[in-house]
Amino acid sequence: MNAAIPLTAQLINLFAAVILLLAFAMLAQRRVLPLINLFALQGLTLAASTIVAAVSTGQHHLYWSAGLTLLLKAALLPWILHRLVRRLHVKWEVESLINVPTTMLVGIGLVIIAFNVALPISQLSDTITRGTLGIALAVVMLAFLMMITRTKAIPQVVGFLAMENGLFLAATSATYGMPMVVELGIALDVLVGAIILGVFFFQIRDQFDSLDIRHMERLKDN
Amino acid sequence: MNFSGLLAQLFAIALALAAAPLLTGWVNQCRAWLQSRSAPPLLQPYYMLHKLFNKDVVLAHGASDLFRFAPFIVFGCMVLACAIIPSLSTDLPFAPSADTIALVGVFGLARIFISLAAMDIGTSFGSLGSRREMLVGFLAEPALLMVIFTTALISQSTSVATIVETLAHREFIIYPSLAFAGIAFTFVSLAENARVPVDNPATHLELTMIHEAMVLEYSGRHLALIEWAASLKLYAYSCLGLALFFPWGIAAGDSFLGLLAAVPLLAFKLAVGGFLLAVIETVNAKMRIFRAPEFLGTAFLLAVLGLLVRLLLETRV
Repeated sequence: MNAAIPLTAQLINLFAAVILLLAFAMLAQRRVLPLINLFALQGLTLAASTIVAAVSTGQHHLYWSAGLTLLLKAALLPWILHRLVRRLHVKWEVESLINVPTTMLVGIGLVIIAFNVALPISQLSDTITRGTLGIALAVVMLAFLMMITRTKAIPQVVGFLAMENGLFLAATSATYGMPMVVELGIALDVLVGAIILGVFFFQIRDQFDSLDIRHMERLKDN
Repeated sequence: MNFSGLLAQLFAIALALAAAPLLTGWVNQCRAWLQSRSAPPLLQPYYMLHKLFNKDVVLAHGASDLFRFAPFIVFGCMVLACAIIPSLSTDLPFAPSADTIALVGVFGLARIFISLAAMDIGTSFGSLGSRREMLVGFLAEPALLMVIFTTALISQSTSVATIVETLAHREFIIYPSLAFAGIAFTFVSLAENARVPVDNPATHLELTMIHEAMVLEYSGRHLALIEWAASLKLYAYSCLGLALFFPWGIAAGDSFLGLLAAVPLLAFKLAVGGFLLAVIETVNAKMRIFRAPEFLGTAFLLAVLGLLVRLLLETRV
């Protein structure tokens, strides 16, 4: 049964599993700096899995997307975030709306839903990476969960970026990646988004003396 | 049951009894080196056992028979566990007597008896320790079961010998689910063997001790049996981990040469494993007892993830 799976597909599955593991590690992480490092590691794993997919299928544009992922998500974005954290002096513990074990349990539920939803879809696809579609969907939903449960601005941005990781994995696993133009556009969007959000952080802090998003629920002056 | 199988079985048990204190000594020595203390000799656990076996037993006034029998039951459970887990060869006549689920039950039986014995005396430390042990135990057991179910799904059997045979004698395939299960198993064995992130085997500080609090009232040969059983438990867990995740080199049939070749390999794997355990214990700080549920919850979650990943990625229609 398993003998039919070639080694490259096994490697891709392994990398996808590591990405899922890192998504859970990010969900459980309480501090800001390790959170960013985990995000960088996730980007690195994503790039590695894309390279393996490129080698096994001979699709040249996948090399470009792998390089772009490596440059952007494993180097540039973590560097920007690190710089932001240093400049904003926010090394405190991340507050979370519900406690970590409950979040993890909700996460497991999300993974089960994602796997169930993705199973019939992935059987329509004929790529060697199709099995990872469920994992990609699970990563997207876990990142969503992280954005929902965290109250501080920086973890929310990391959640947003991790969601993009999941989408990228989904694209690679279902159709060997999006067209180059779309991919470049998304990469640029994410980069610009991170930079704009960085500017926002300073504005939020100036306004409220804190990066707690809950302050923004009341926008009236009283 | 053939003769060579019986011989292999007896050899495995004898090796477990003889080598378990050595493994404990090795871990202690590595720990001391890493913490730049002067290390105790490698054979220190044997000296300890020898000393304790020669001492008189002091029993508390209120001690019932349970208190006296518990060390023997615990020791017997651990010997049985070592007999079932294939450390050298998978051709074990005892192995069909209990599958992996029963193995978890054997560990549970030992835990129940040592906790009851600790409560039997009626000291505050004893009941405190046994309550904590039960807290850790009831969280660790489901995680261990989930790890075992993941491996059982791969080999379509819950018998340890069959699982190891399937995993060891197949072509090389990367199982992502086994990576999850392996991490979860590491967490569980740290908790079950009273190792650093959950418990400290070297402390007698009342706020932190779990295992030591339960055995405070024991002395003489009873304490020796309990210490030996603790070493056997560490040995059993190490062998189980090696058998499930690094099964290469375990002899399959009843060939005597294969059995002999498996001994140095097992020694090497245990030495590496013991060193890694010492590293884990050195780089981690002991966590508060109230963080232990979170730690073991993570282990359970990883094991469930392994199961799910197994179902998603590795079963093809």
